[in-house]
Amino acid sequence: MSERISVVENIMGANDRLAEDNRARLDAAGVFAVNLMASPGAGKTSLIEQTLPRLADQLRLAVIDGDIATSIDADRAAAAGAVASVQINTGGQCHLDAVMLQQGLGQLDLSQIDLLLVENVGNLVCPADFRLGTHKSVLVASVPEGDDKPYKYPGMYRGVDALVINKTDLLPYIPFKMDYFRRGVEVLNAGLVTFPLSCKTGEGVDAWVAWIVENVQTFKR
Amino acid sequence: MHELPVTQSILEITLRHAQEAGATRVTDLYLVIGQLASVVDDSVQFYWDVLSKDTIAESSRLHFRRVPAEMQCLSCGTRFPLDGDDFACPSCQGVGVKVVAGEEFFLESIEVDGGQASPPNEGGNA
Repeated sequence: MSERISVVENIMGANDRLAEDNRARLDAAGVFAVNLMASPGAGKTSLIEQTLPRLADQLRLAVIDGDIATSIDADRAAAAGAVASVQINTGGQCHLDAVMLQQGLGQLDLSQIDLLLVENVGNLVCPADFRLGTHKSVLVASVPEGDDKPYKYPGMYRGVDALVINKTDLLPYIPFKMDYFRRGVEVLNAGLVTFPLSCKTGEGVDAWVAWIVENVQTFKR
Repeated sequence: MHELPVTQSILEITLRHAQEAGATRVTDLYLVIGQLASVVDDSVQFYWDVLSKDTIAESSRLHFRRVPAEMQCLSCGTRFPLDGDDFACPSCQGVGVKVVAGEEFFLESIEVDGGQASPPNEGGNA
């Protein structure tokens, strides 16, 4: 005798529930967390290096770094002034998920932190599908990647709360059509707040840092 | 996406619901996948055959229902299907749009043998 059972359960539900736990834990500790995503080489770690010194006198910052291997990024974050930095080696997995963030949070004294930057594994596909429980998701794009990336990786561009366009100092040397790039972004994520900047020259970084500060202040209220 | 962890999750959900229903065998699964949820049917099917082996779901059939992507223009309100990879509104060419359908990814139902949850059926052998 065959029988149909209604299930209606989200396949990503287990990860999503853990992400909610992570969020509750961050909220309880008063830690504002940002998930930084980008392709490899876009400048996530450079952005962290530019961001930390500008905030060090007003916020206590920690960094969780997801990488397939090495602690190079966590070491760079520590050198740039993070009160704590944790390296998560994903052992081949191409994205962080809620379980890995949970483990990372366990290695931090959250009561000593105001802002947590989570550097996801360099990848424009998979990180978009796995919620972590952070408060904001930020994509770091960069000029040398090309202006067609919003069109090719819609899932990533659709899901973020802010967009950094790094390496603007290379615009004179690369055929990157900013209008074409921005149209692709607008279609996927109308009104997305965008920060063109250069981690090399420092141009534009202050506006990005101001956005972070504003978000932390709103969160703490 | 990640068809291996995704398929593991499908198996976990399936076995949990089958067990709750007291089923002895799972014969069919009905999955709903939105056009924008980047899941590859063939890949899920491949992992399913491997992972479901030696469980009560072995040899069960996967049925995929695809939900086409539907967008809504934030300027003029027009709802339109996603055509190719251009998300712009066909009525006003507006580029501010939101997704109203196509991101689904869930297990809708399963078909099992030996469940106890069937309504009592006089003279039946459920």
